[in-house]
Amino acid sequence: MKHIPWIVLAIIAATALFVVASVRGEQISALWIVVAAACSFLLAYRYYALFIGRYVMRLDPARPTPAVYRADGLDYVATDRRVLFGHHFAAIAGAGPLVGPVLAAQMGYLPGTLWIIGGVVLAGAVQDFMVLFISMRRDGRSLGELVRMEMGPVAGTIALVGAFAIMVIILAVLALIVVRALAESPWGMFTVAATVPLAIAMGIYTRWVRPGRIGEVSILGFIGLILAIVYGQSVAQSPVWGPLFTFTPVQLCWILVGYGAVASVLPVWLLLAPRDYLSTFLKIGAILALAVGIVIMAPPLRMPALTQFIHGGGPAWSGALFPFLFITIACGAVSGFHALIASGTTPKLIASERDAPLIGYGAMLMEAAVAIMALVGASILDPGIYFAMNSPAALLGTDPASAAAAVTQMGFPVSPELLVQTAKDVGETSIISRAGGAPTLAVAMAEIFSHVVGGPAMKAFWYHFAILFEALFILTAVDAGTRAGRFMLQDLIGLAVPAFRSTTSHVPGVIATALCVAAWGFFLYQGVTDPLGGVNTLWPVFGISNQMLAAMALMLATVVLFRMKQDRFAWVTMLPTAWLLICTVSAGGLKLFAADPTVSFVAHARKFSEAAARGELLAPAKSMAEMERIIFNDWVDAGLCALFLAVVLSLLVFAVRSCIAARRTDAPSAHEVRPGMVPAE
Amino acid sequence: MTGLLARLRETARLMVGQPSYEAYLAHMAAHHPERAPMSRTAFFRDREQTRYGGKGGGRCC
Repeated sequence: MKHIPWIVLAIIAATALFVVASVRGEQISALWIVVAAACSFLLAYRYYALFIGRYVMRLDPARPTPAVYRADGLDYVATDRRVLFGHHFAAIAGAGPLVGPVLAAQMGYLPGTLWIIGGVVLAGAVQDFMVLFISMRRDGRSLGELVRMEMGPVAGTIALVGAFAIMVIILAVLALIVVRALAESPWGMFTVAATVPLAIAMGIYTRWVRPGRIGEVSILGFIGLILAIVYGQSVAQSPVWGPLFTFTPVQLCWILVGYGAVASVLPVWLLLAPRDYLSTFLKIGAILALAVGIVIMAPPLRMPALTQFIHGGGPAWSGALFPFLFITIACGAVSGFHALIASGTTPKLIASERDAPLIGYGAMLMEAAVAIMALVGASILDPGIYFAMNSPAALLGTDPASAAAAVTQMGFPVSPELLVQTAKDVGETSIISRAGGAPTLAVAMAEIFSHVVGGPAMKAFWYHFAILFEALFILTAVDAGTRAGRFMLQDLIGLAVPAFRSTTSHVPGVIATALCVAAWGFFLYQGVTDPLGGVNTLWPVFGISNQMLAAMALMLATVVLFRMKQDRFAWVTMLPTAWLLICTVSAGGLKLFAADPTVSFVAHARKFSEAAARGELLAPAKSMAEMERIIFNDWVDAGLCALFLAVVLSLLVFAVRSCIAARRTDAPSAHEVRPGMVPAE
Repeated sequence: MTGLLARLRETARLMVGQPSYEAYLAHMAAHHPERAPMSRTAFFRDREQTRYGGKGGGRCC
């Protein structure tokens, strides 16, 4: 009897999915996607999450959690599950779920929709939930320690190396998105630059004027942000100030590297903490507003369900649907980075094992809903505008006439006037070749928000609001990520040189920070100077690395299930592990061994090496030195892919060995930490 | 209504890494009555440093 409402929900989900998947040639409302996703998520939560909790993990509400047996009022605090849900969601949702789906829209809305829904239910949410469970049963320890406990010290170190490499790539790709959004955009640049003095003023306020008043200072900061957007237009139009805030991508790259180096050694209260308040609250607010806006506007999907690029050759990123769609949408469907969060602060705050499904599985479903909204945003735009924004300048040229001709040639008719008008509407000089996802999403958000509030006259304001909101939390991530990367690096180098771990001496910290900034700065510079826009190169590497981390986390979960003698349920983690391994190993393999130079780094390097040997210049290189640099970058990227493959395959060996060992013993062999084993605070 | 507002406020604060000061005071009173608890400002700064100091202050892409 209690299942009847759920059966109704299942019928609605199936109908909506059928409509989304079967309608061709006519536009359907975006709400079909939203309904299909929302109903599927509710069903998955009601049945699959509870199944995993009850039978696979055997959650025990009577068993004290670390927040209870280690309670200290600081790190370990039993927290209301709704409050904790907000904390966990704010920690996992960032730019990733907004960017990946926008890029994936080049194949049409259908592949992305199906992968987000299927991926999150069977892989992404399972991973988050399992890692949260494993950490919660082990004193809230971190992923590296968990791998060490269950799979041995060598596996633990390999996982740490992998996590650091992923961090570097994430920082580079996030910074690249900011560069693409702010280049040649004085309005955007001014508003983002204004956040630095604004945050410092907020930091001084919370330090000396009214310590701890987060609400107050955030409201003041928010007013400052709105003023910065409003006055940004006058600044951009001013003949004196406008040029001062207009930067080329290469200049912006150096500004960001310098910013990252300085910001990550400043005291945290001065810049990082106050800006994090702004970016966190703005992020949650903008996501809620976007959801409301989509429901009110109920826009039609103008992108076709499928485009010809499912077979490869797409302008925003290269490669065919399999395997590249499954690494392009990482966050939102399944994200390995969440394994670091689910083994971070959240397991130390969870009040009862009963709350774990809501936090672990539920918060990830929520992130998938954000990804669905981003996909909807990209799909309600005129496809001509979408492809004009997301194709590299090498394909489009730089003026509206050549861009419109090139996009029309692809099969998405668009006029030069429309491109000029769209740019004018959002207060920019040009929207051509603004790859990276953020500007596309900002145009879509401007479309949706101005429909609800303000009409067309407000479009420019909303566009810059959306850019600011994305740039703000990306900059916070760059700053926080550089700090986290520095500690990871100190730990890793400390394995070889113990003195490097010292926290009393400043030298190791400065060296590790410099190394970390240099590492992501290198990839950022490479991406910025890449004639194909950089996103083309870096996003797949990021996707591969992120999905590989997910595969590693799911392998850990599989080992734990075997050690718990829950072999018969191990398929819950083995199926998504297998799928992720298939996708990432074949994507990584194609990046190394494919014959097509637009897909494979090695083939690209060979093509350029051969041309260089003949003394020829290949576009876009304009000199032999540029040829050399392109070849060098290709080999670095190929080396990185090889490193990721080596990391994930060696962990697979460790995982299989641990599972076999666990099967040979008769008793459970998981290393759970019991409440009595740790002294209470 | 005030319960809902209080919970929203608590949610917003925990989103930026600030747990409840009242819960901390209650914990100290119950388990360590002999120790003087940190003041509200000291507690705020301690949590700020923990969240942003590098280790553990993770968040996603």
